[in-house]
Amino acid sequence: MNPPTPDRKFTGRFGRRAHWHPLEMLFWIAAFAAYYLLPGKHLILTEIAILALFALSLDLVLGYAGIVSLGHAAFFGFGAYVAGLLAKHQIVSEPLLALVLAGLAAMLLGFVTSFLVLRGSDLTRIMVTLGVALVLREIANRYAWLTGGADGLQGVNIEPLLGLFRFDMFGRTAHAYTLLVLFVLFLLARRIVNSPFGLSLQAIKGNPLRAAAVGVAVNSRLVAVYSIAAFYAGIAGALLTQTTAFASLDVFSFERSADLLLVLIIGGTGYLYGGLIGAIVFKLMQDYLSALTPQYWPFWIGLVLVVIVLVGRDRFNAWTVPLHKLAARLDWRAGRSGRLASEEH
Amino acid sequence: MAPALQTFALDKRFGGIIAANGVSLTVEKGARHALIGPNGAGKTTLVNLLTGVLQPSGGRILLDSQEITHLRPHKRVKLGLSRTFQINQLFADLSPLETVGLAVCERRGLGGEWWRLIGSRGELVAEVAAILERFGLADVMDARTATLPYGKQRLLEIAVAIASQPSVLLLDEPAAGVPEDERHAILAIVEALPKDVTVLLIEHDMDLVFKFATFISVLVNGALFVQGTPEQIARDSRVREVYLGESAHA
Amino acid sequence: MLTILFDGIAYGMLLFVLACGLAVTLGLMNFINLAHGAFAMAGGYCTVILVNRWGVPFFAALPMAFLLSALLGLLLERTLYVHVYRKSHLDQVLFTIGLVFMSVAAVDYVVGSGQVFVRLPDWLQGQFNVFGIGVGRYRLLIIIVCGLLTLVLQLVLSRTRFGSRLRAAVDDTRVARGLGIRVDAVFAVTFAVGSGLAGLGGALGTEIVGLDPAFPLKFMIYFLIVVTVGGTTSITGPFLASLLLGIGDVAGKYYLPTLGAFVIYTIMIVVLIVRPQGLFSRGSVR
Repeated sequence: MNPPTPDRKFTGRFGRRAHWHPLEMLFWIAAFAAYYLLPGKHLILTEIAILALFALSLDLVLGYAGIVSLGHAAFFGFGAYVAGLLAKHQIVSEPLLALVLAGLAAMLLGFVTSFLVLRGSDLTRIMVTLGVALVLREIANRYAWLTGGADGLQGVNIEPLLGLFRFDMFGRTAHAYTLLVLFVLFLLARRIVNSPFGLSLQAIKGNPLRAAAVGVAVNSRLVAVYSIAAFYAGIAGALLTQTTAFASLDVFSFERSADLLLVLIIGGTGYLYGGLIGAIVFKLMQDYLSALTPQYWPFWIGLVLVVIVLVGRDRFNAWTVPLHKLAARLDWRAGRSGRLASEEH
Repeated sequence: MAPALQTFALDKRFGGIIAANGVSLTVEKGARHALIGPNGAGKTTLVNLLTGVLQPSGGRILLDSQEITHLRPHKRVKLGLSRTFQINQLFADLSPLETVGLAVCERRGLGGEWWRLIGSRGELVAEVAAILERFGLADVMDARTATLPYGKQRLLEIAVAIASQPSVLLLDEPAAGVPEDERHAILAIVEALPKDVTVLLIEHDMDLVFKFATFISVLVNGALFVQGTPEQIARDSRVREVYLGESAHA
Repeated sequence: MLTILFDGIAYGMLLFVLACGLAVTLGLMNFINLAHGAFAMAGGYCTVILVNRWGVPFFAALPMAFLLSALLGLLLERTLYVHVYRKSHLDQVLFTIGLVFMSVAAVDYVVGSGQVFVRLPDWLQGQFNVFGIGVGRYRLLIIIVCGLLTLVLQLVLSRTRFGSRLRAAVDDTRVARGLGIRVDAVFAVTFAVGSGLAGLGGALGTEIVGLDPAFPLKFMIYFLIVVTVGGTTSITGPFLASLLLGIGDVAGKYYLPTLGAFVIYTIMIVVLIVRPQGLFSRGSVR
């Protein structure tokens, strides 16, 4: 006989991660409040949101599936140029639709290149992903008649969002648009990582041999998550083009992929918020350092990277541990942990 | 009745090294079949070949008369072939609950679902709960696997394999490295396995082998040396020689 | 066409001298040093400053470039790199990217971001005419110098005690340590020599491929391609790979202007898919 109480206790355990922590709600309330409370900062907040989405996409492959990618900018850039071209040549003039199409295009690119990262060691993956990003940059450079080459994509005209909201010069529409897209995609990502699919990804990351031995179709799952991440990155790139009405070769640049790694390292991988928090810290840091030494701020970024690695990423990410502890303590639904149902009788 | 698992002249070569040499093994349905042999005989290689971790250089493998020689490992699991690893292969950062939950989920073909929250299917949760309780893991179900004592990890290793509801279970030295006072739990689990599950057991512990097995195959230098019932093997002096290295009469 | 072949060989040998240090580092310690190009850059700028500003003869500046880069490599290896050896590949990548950014920005700050050129002695400029083929004098010099270096390297590896210790350590580090080989010392020396060679390559390459602060970033992929295609278990592998890439790049850019640069990227990706351990190496991927 199986009394209902143990089942619910088990379900509760499973579902605990899926419950919204109070801190999470606080985070998003603050994010949306910033729209109203910081009226002069729309532009930088938009940049942060785009970077956060980009980092979220890398977290999916790096933090959850364990794929080290040094060329994630390939999908970002691809989405950026597709969105730019759709707008410039009036193929699809409604931005939201163009956004989705750009994301799907990047997703297709991700799907096609995913087979390259299935085989081989970390080093192979690093080189292959780097190579793909460089190839795309080279293509964009060569086919200047299409992409504008080194001068960038000119003459991009972004129509009002949904036909109603014009992209104003204060960046209000852009900010709201980007923030909402980020939120929706975040919810989706949250759902995915807390699903059986998400669990299988973590299993693959932890022990691919064992994962296959419990019946996980390792390669299919990796292809799927890589494509999803490419979709997210493509949307982030498209948002950049749509909010700045411009796309240039540096969307494919190595620096962009490297900066993205730094963002994720700062915030921590594997819990989705790392990319968001890292994006905030990174942008603020960039703002501050650029004001100090306008041209040479890559030096400081390099220094930060070197220091973080020397100190140790685990010790560095220890600053997020109090955050986790606080979240756990605030979660009233967690209740007593680790006690058997039988102990409660 | 077709054998549960059968190989035909299975070969595996690594460059010049022959790890498996024309192994033609037959495991009957419902058998408690033990595979023994001195160190380096190729027992684990054979298990790796059977489960698809290694690709054979030659020969065939049939699972319940179905050809699985070139099938990917996860597909073989779906067909009912499951294994444990000699050295624990677990997910260090996941809990036993998540680990067993994953196995059950995959077995039910629900592993690819990305829109449902884990734990939202009631009958799945009930099954996971039952397995955890049966293996005595319910009290540590939330702990990170890496923090569990070795004996519990070993139990989890077997629990995960059982969770896939295999028709053929390959146990690679299940009691290896387990402290004396925890071995009985493992042995009890192995003995309590359902009769319709065919078990191929690799073991060094002769007491366990003779207590448990209905049929024994001896593997030496990658080839089947001798096969028979426990009584036949116990009487066979060649087996003793191979294990103890007793010099043959000059 | 033979001129193209000649130029390609010169370019290839230059690539080899630049990249061989990286190949050995990767094969020896399984360490991804994306900052390898920074040592090349150091050698290049050293030569430029010595020759242009201080009037040091070109041929005297070359060994100094080697020494400077070697010492720089040794210093950094003993103080910084040694802490990162045991870390994950991701950490190594992040660390060396950080070093690249720092070096690029530092050089930009000190000497400015424009491309620099080295004043070659007159007799090195221009061409010979051999059987109707235009043989660039400078490129001929490169082939001679790099060829000699390759021979010396091969001799050191196969005939000296140091060479056999190095080969043992590359093959199996743990066993080598167990045999009493001081792997740390072997690695420090190898890293220094590799960096020195990179510096020399950077000095020699200034005239052919140009030199500016972004050099380490621009050429990172080329070095990686040499290592990928050539494998890390021998000297001949990267050598052949460099030649292949040098000729392929020069020929590709001449005959297929729009697709030229893709040739080498595509080669790399294809090789990585088909044979992850490299075209010319033996053994499996580490």
